[in-house]
Amino acid sequence: MNDIIQIIGQETVKVIIGLIGVLILVVVNALMLTWLERKVSAHIQRRIGPKEVGPYGLLQPIVDGIKLLGKEILTPANVDRPLYYLAPVLIFIPVLVSFVVIPFDTCLQVKDINVGILVILAFSSLSVLSILLAGWGSNNKYSLIGSLRSVAQNIAYEIPLLLSILPVIFMTNSLSLKDIVEVQREGWFIWKWQFFAFLIYFIAGLAETNRTPFDLPEAESELVAGYITEYSGMRFALFFLAEYTSIMIISAVATVFFLGGYLGPILPGFVWFFIKTYFLVFVIMWFRWTFPRVRFDQLLNFSWKILIPAAFINLLVTGGLLKL
Amino acid sequence: MTFILEIINGAISLISGMCVTTKAFFSPVVTVQYPRQTVKISPRFRGHTKLVADEERPEKTKCIVCGMCERNCPSKSIIKVEGEKLEGEKKKTATVYILNFTTCSQCGLCVETCPTDALAFSADYNAVSFMKEDFHYDLIKEFQKRIKA
Repeated sequence: MNDIIQIIGQETVKVIIGLIGVLILVVVNALMLTWLERKVSAHIQRRIGPKEVGPYGLLQPIVDGIKLLGKEILTPANVDRPLYYLAPVLIFIPVLVSFVVIPFDTCLQVKDINVGILVILAFSSLSVLSILLAGWGSNNKYSLIGSLRSVAQNIAYEIPLLLSILPVIFMTNSLSLKDIVEVQREGWFIWKWQFFAFLIYFIAGLAETNRTPFDLPEAESELVAGYITEYSGMRFALFFLAEYTSIMIISAVATVFFLGGYLGPILPGFVWFFIKTYFLVFVIMWFRWTFPRVRFDQLLNFSWKILIPAAFINLLVTGGLLKL
Repeated sequence: MTFILEIINGAISLISGMCVTTKAFFSPVVTVQYPRQTVKISPRFRGHTKLVADEERPEKTKCIVCGMCERNCPSKSIIKVEGEKLEGEKKKTATVYILNFTTCSQCGLCVETCPTDALAFSADYNAVSFMKEDFHYDLIKEFQKRIKA
């Protein structure tokens, strides 16, 4: 064992172990979030939700996963095979990589990169590409419309997302997520001037993850299931896992940037981190079962006419105040 | 100015919407877990008809075999009403009362026309079978089973 560590280096071993941990976290988290989504939706509609499999239906997602694994992998005729096969894999990798730089606790981080947030933003914009591949490769009008909507939406909402994160980076002078958390020992950024930045970030994040009220790419009422119409079995499950993981990432980044990350009294750091993150995840689910879907022109107008100007003003004011 | 007002109004309406769902979230669940839980059937529910027991002699039905229900049934669902005159009794006692529930529309004309109020609606709502003959109920047998229980 020691020989192996000496050959490939201690740092590499740490990263490999971390990646395995992240992989487990991602899968378990996505499974539990599907359960949570069903429970939240059920209680908002005054139903019970899953309850048969395991206590409180907690084993339901595992049973669903086994069902999806057991299904025949169908490939429709006339699909663009390489792209069709590649899309579900490609959508899962970026969300996995984003977890590498997120600090769960003071020492619990796979790798503290000094451009951490850039890694997350770069990889999360890659998921648009795989949605486009899925839409194009499926050879289906609903898939194509859904994926094109997703691209337009993601381009429009990536700008306010970046602009709402920038003021925080101004205030911390760092792109490393750990430094950003450590600076917040004096006070969380959501209470220190950046409340509007948080709002803009959260709204843009909702649009980035294609969640209601911005779920036009998979609008059930018009597009069947959008870009995942032609996918079934485990490929569908991969899209599903990626969707829930990206929700987790958006919430985790919001926690790190605005809610003080792992900082908090009494309880250990990672507990605080997960409490804050899952609260935001819950809010996203709460939105889904409250708000109707927006129209496409409303969606783009909201980004270009309200969010981007507001984010710019926020950025200028923060910059000006810091210079003074 | 109207632009800003629009944003503020929009935000208020979003928050009030979230209040509605929060209230629903913490309200008790209304789902009934059917095979394990059942709801109370309302007293005016119309199941198949049943024979009512005589107040003075609860082991006997009120039916006097007059045949009014049989004659009045619009869908001819009451197939057979027969009875016999027992010794020492003024009126007939029903021995057979067969109701074809597959054609019954629960209109209630039999219940309305019964001169002795011998018929009433039961609360039986979950009748199920693969054979339609199973829905040819003999109400006398059903009555006897009921009073035994």
